[in-house]
Amino acid sequence: MRSLLSILLIAVPVTLILTLVGLTQGMLADAQSRQRGAGADIIIRGSQAKALINASGITIPAGMVDLVQRQPHVKLAMGVINDRVEVIMLLTGIDMAKFNQMTGGFTYDQGGPLQGPDDILVDRLYADEHHLQVGQKVSVNSHEWRVAGVIEPGKMARLAVPMATLQDLDAASGKVGQIYVQVDDPADINLVKTQLSALMGGYTINTIDEITAMYNVDQIPAIKPFTVVVAAIGVVIGVTVVWLSMYMVVLQRTREIGILKALGASKPFILGIILIEATLLGVGGTILGIVFSYGAQWLIRALVPASFQMAIVYDWWPRVAVVTLTAAILGALYPGLSAARQDPIEALAYE
Amino acid sequence: MNNGAIIETRDLRKVYRIGQVDVQALRGVDLDVQPGEFLSIVGPSGSGKSTLFHIIGGLTPPTAGEVKVGGQNLAALTDAGRTKLRRRTVGFVFQKFNLLPNLTAYDNIAVARHIAGLGRQPDAQFDEVLRLLGIAGRLDHKPNALSGGEQQRVAIARAIVNHPAILLADEPTGNLDSENSKAVLEVLRDLNQRLGQTILMITHNPEAAAYGHNTVHMRDGRIVDRTSAAP
Repeated sequence: MRSLLSILLIAVPVTLILTLVGLTQGMLADAQSRQRGAGADIIIRGSQAKALINASGITIPAGMVDLVQRQPHVKLAMGVINDRVEVIMLLTGIDMAKFNQMTGGFTYDQGGPLQGPDDILVDRLYADEHHLQVGQKVSVNSHEWRVAGVIEPGKMARLAVPMATLQDLDAASGKVGQIYVQVDDPADINLVKTQLSALMGGYTINTIDEITAMYNVDQIPAIKPFTVVVAAIGVVIGVTVVWLSMYMVVLQRTREIGILKALGASKPFILGIILIEATLLGVGGTILGIVFSYGAQWLIRALVPASFQMAIVYDWWPRVAVVTLTAAILGALYPGLSAARQDPIEALAYE
Repeated sequence: MNNGAIIETRDLRKVYRIGQVDVQALRGVDLDVQPGEFLSIVGPSGSGKSTLFHIIGGLTPPTAGEVKVGGQNLAALTDAGRTKLRRRTVGFVFQKFNLLPNLTAYDNIAVARHIAGLGRQPDAQFDEVLRLLGIAGRLDHKPNALSGGEQQRVAIARAIVNHPAILLADEPTGNLDSENSKAVLEVLRDLNQRLGQTILMITHNPEAAAYGHNTVHMRDGRIVDRTSAAP
């Protein structure tokens, strides 16, 4: 029972670390694949553009879209607006006709394309999370929308509304946030990028490969130190749990330790037994923590599938194992050494 | 100090410090035990029997005096040296059996082999010892499934599995009824007679003491008398 409780407690920080890293990687991978799903080759953002799409601001005059469209090798240029809804979820203003042209159109689970100015398309995950059906009203960013369709996720937008409405709401008439550019031949991507850079000084112009490369942990401020802090808390919890657990073991088994000493067990032998037991607790805690991380993923998918995506981060399993085992061994050292130093006569007399 | 004895003590003294008070547990003990001897040690509580037992068994160092066990001067041994002595030279049998509760009888015996670095499997002759002890059919059981007498016989098997020069038994019948006490004492006598096992046995019970060849009487940390059993 004591061992099971220890394993459970050790598993908690393991799950925390795996969930945190899994959420970071899962949400980045999701955003990455939705950007690729747009079918654009180049993305133009305003001069204040930060690393990720969602912080761009609406600063590009809509006339620039036509200018880009007229450039050689440009097959299609589409202006969009991305407003932040949650930490990493966006409300995307689109021109339905151009969007269909560029992406091949959404796949509709229910309903159909945007028609009225207050129509919204929500993807299946968002609809599940908010229990939405076609025809229902939904308030997003303080505006009441009518759900026109439920779409399959994966094509740029999780929430899509008419761009003109969003321009009005954002007091950004005649402006767009980003221009998505499709070129006529993938071989021309870099050529077009160079042309556009020459044409549009002051704008941030990236190929889709460059944009998706930005979706990594290094681009999100504080996520690395935060992970380190969680790992450090994991070590502290692990050390404390194992220390208490092994201290209890040494107390409970004082007499048995005395018996082993009477049989000639050396100090390293006794210490070894305690360390082996602590290592087993660490291994058990790691395995249980990994199992729990699948549980966390299931819960996130069941409860907040649109807001959060959690990946199972296999490459972090050995890292958490090292963290946990280090904590277990550190935690077992003091109880182990005190067990090894016990006086056999006193230990044998222990009731 | 070389008379062929397997245990020799000269002016052996032990002082324990309990709080601010020094307690003289042994006040100069001279004792010779010959190989193959079965010696009983009797005396009231606090007479120093257990302390003598602990020093000879290498569980604690003496404060002063000389003590040799199997030719080794225990006063000169470090803690690691005494640990080694406990592995191969002495075997303990305790009043409370002191078996490891989570292990089977067999594993309790095997663990002593393992600690001594002899592997887990007892040697072939050990089957004879197990038959002698009458526990050959009970080895798969854990201590809580064994009677007190059986547990003590398993403890005896564990104590002698590494062929120690000396078997130290501290009140081996103290927790047993008279029938089991008799069985255990006869086992000890058999081991002594058939295998030539040297045995030192502490007891309060004069009937138990009579199983030994000789009996040493202790009082106030000294040996006050030594008697031989009637032939």
